[in-house]
Amino acid sequence: MSRFLRNPVLRRLLAALGTLLGVAVFVFIMLRAIPGSQITAGLGTEAAALTPSQQAALEAYYGIDQPLFIQFFSWLGNIFTGNLGFSARAQESVLTLTAQALPVTIELAIFSIVLALAIGIPLGMLSASKPDAPRDAFGQVVGLAGLSIPAFLLATTLLAVLASSFGFNPNGKGFAYFFDDPRLNLLQMLLPSFVLGFGIAAPIMRTTRTAVLEIRANDFIRTARAKGVPPRRLQVRHVLGNALVPIVTMTGLQFGYLLGGAVVVEQIFSLPGIGRQVLLGIQQKEYALVQSTVLIIALSFVLVNLATDMLYRVIDPRVRAA
Amino acid sequence: MHARRRTTIVGIKAIGIALALTFTGCSSPDPTGTGDPTANATESAIAASGGALVIGVTSDPDTLFPWKATQFQAVNLLQNIYGTLTEFDADLNVVPGLAESWEASDDGLTMTLALRDGVTFADGSDFDSADVKFSLEAIMDEATAAVAATSLVSVSGIETPDPSTVVLTLSAPDAALPANLAVVNMAMLSSDDTEEALNTQPNGTGAFTFESRTPSQSITLARSDTYWGDAAKLDTVEFRVIPDESSIVSAMQAGNVQMAVFDDPVVAQTAASGNVTVQNTPQLSYHALQLNARHGDLTDVNVRLALQCAIDRQQVLDTAALGEGEVTGPITSPAYKSDPASRPCPERDLDKAADYLSKAGKSDGVTIKTIVSQGEYSTSVNEAQNLKSQAAEAGITLELEVLESGAYVDRWIAADFDAAVALNGGRPDPDGMYGRYFTSTGNLNKVAGYSSPELDTLFAEGKASSDPDERKAIYQEVSNNLEDNAAWIWLFTSYTYTATASEVQGFIPMANSSLQYLRTTSIN
Repeated sequence: MSRFLRNPVLRRLLAALGTLLGVAVFVFIMLRAIPGSQITAGLGTEAAALTPSQQAALEAYYGIDQPLFIQFFSWLGNIFTGNLGFSARAQESVLTLTAQALPVTIELAIFSIVLALAIGIPLGMLSASKPDAPRDAFGQVVGLAGLSIPAFLLATTLLAVLASSFGFNPNGKGFAYFFDDPRLNLLQMLLPSFVLGFGIAAPIMRTTRTAVLEIRANDFIRTARAKGVPPRRLQVRHVLGNALVPIVTMTGLQFGYLLGGAVVVEQIFSLPGIGRQVLLGIQQKEYALVQSTVLIIALSFVLVNLATDMLYRVIDPRVRAA
Repeated sequence: MHARRRTTIVGIKAIGIALALTFTGCSSPDPTGTGDPTANATESAIAASGGALVIGVTSDPDTLFPWKATQFQAVNLLQNIYGTLTEFDADLNVVPGLAESWEASDDGLTMTLALRDGVTFADGSDFDSADVKFSLEAIMDEATAAVAATSLVSVSGIETPDPSTVVLTLSAPDAALPANLAVVNMAMLSSDDTEEALNTQPNGTGAFTFESRTPSQSITLARSDTYWGDAAKLDTVEFRVIPDESSIVSAMQAGNVQMAVFDDPVVAQTAASGNVTVQNTPQLSYHALQLNARHGDLTDVNVRLALQCAIDRQQVLDTAALGEGEVTGPITSPAYKSDPASRPCPERDLDKAADYLSKAGKSDGVTIKTIVSQGEYSTSVNEAQNLKSQAAEAGITLELEVLESGAYVDRWIAADFDAAVALNGGRPDPDGMYGRYFTSTGNLNKVAGYSSPELDTLFAEGKASSDPDERKAIYQEVSNNLEDNAAWIWLFTSYTYTATASEVQGFIPMANSSLQYLRTTSIN
């Protein structure tokens, strides 16, 4: 047993499973701790007019007449058979709904991260190249703006300005999936990725700046410079290469969050992603939908974390050796 | 029906829009286009037919089954797909629907309906009296959990002597029945259909048929070519889900969406620019401070009257809702409208409030626990704060408890409050509107917190009389009785704002916020 637990891969897997089970229990309890039920969420105050037998008929219909532990284990048991539940609102299985929503969220997350890296890393290196110079101040101001401008403000403003002055609003058209209409799909991803990317660029820029400054102070950089390594190569190969570990950590973390769905941005730009699926589920008190979707989000977070760890091994020989 | 609306961080987003408008130098002109519905209707007669209309909505319907639909997106959508025995016209008068005519016997205990011939469902099957019997019986069956079940309590038997005649036997005369039959919760379904089938494939007798749906994204209806009335002009109507109201405005400005209904005046103002006009329509739904006359100090009528004299309704309206609305008495439907000037304190009167309090022996002041919902509709918290500050000047403390909407609904249903700041749905018929609240056997009487033998008698008389003038007089008395006893404190009604692009013609907005006139709408 103890030898079994010493295997690092197995240990990580076990920890991941434990995390997921913890998430499942936590979400299950939280959902039921929120006042209201699917009945009152659907009927609102009109639920007061229900007779006891109408109430009972509805409880049976939504499956909330069962004892809590039966509700939990029948849901969990169903998960293992691939049945994630059914949404009465959408009249669709949660599996199908998630299969439609998850690619939207993943696409948005990838574009946002790419944009964030494209803005954040050069800006961070620019800032670090001459600390306290005007270019550093510029980088810091842009970074501060990214951190402090709320996404909903930037999103609403962008949308309103472009729509009213240029009539440009691809997101007002019905959502197009990438494989149905790639051009419209990419247009619809443009503004939301920019809004998210701009926000995430800030921590990436700051991490880059700090890491680059730290690396540059090292002896091996001085040695490399003394050996006559060209400045450009020095910056990219030696400085940035070694500064990558904290940047990758930060990027992985942000990517994980993005996979949880960017609720506000998805709402404003009408993207049918995973964040909106959870939000709608919570509003309608669709327990199975929320539980299963959150579990999937948790699973993707765990996977991204795992992938980040793998990346360390690629970019940092010291981790590989360990 | 409680209006179910969600408004999120609208205020802050309005800043975003304002900022945007400043950038573009484009300010919103006259917020409310004036629209004469009849002029629009005549225009539509000469307008070209056909076309595809896109309506921006903030949410997907939560059900496609008409008997259980209360969310207004669902109701508005289903009204266009399903038919009812009676209908409302633009002024909320009851007019023939699937029943061409109806007649009550002299004693008022039977009602005979003559059904329209040649009506078919979307699936091609014929509509006849068997479908009516099936539908009404299923709605009354508690196992169906239909929300309109109680509207049929007076119906004790349903006979179908022939395919186009239905005879309802009533346990007591029910003058409100024709109006009660006009709502989509009373939709006529085919006797071959099941709830399960209709959840994914609606099958009605309405002017439009269900075409397709992408959950959380859009629902498309197509014109029914077999509709019994004048065929709709539009080829298709798409209800496109754009969750954020200000994003709907942007979609309208870019021409992606041609129509939307807003309930936030700030958002409506930003929409009125370019080729978009906004028309405001007074609503049947009303804002009120519900009092629970069976709780604590409020059991004393003098305390309730003191509170009602302490409130300047216009001030609540001005502070909480930018003055967008009208001060109202209990009954909001046009044909029976209460006169707010006839209440005990039509103007705020602090001296009178003090008199009432001393009569109640509470000159030291009273404390009233008040529940407020946050997020259900945009004005609730502001209303509550204004009410609190006004009441405080009369020595009445409103102890506000601001609750998330789920928690609010739970407390409201349990009548677990002294007072509740509420936005309640109205109905065209005053019996349908208040009978369930203020008769001692009403299914919402526990929540209403007030009933009296006088009111029971008045409501019974109102149901028994079929003479419009007599009914008017009776409900005038009901209204006065409610105000004289300060059962609740009625505040104001607000508007809905119908934004349409200039190419959209012939739509008539209604006070019950129905979209039934999509069937006369056309697009150039």
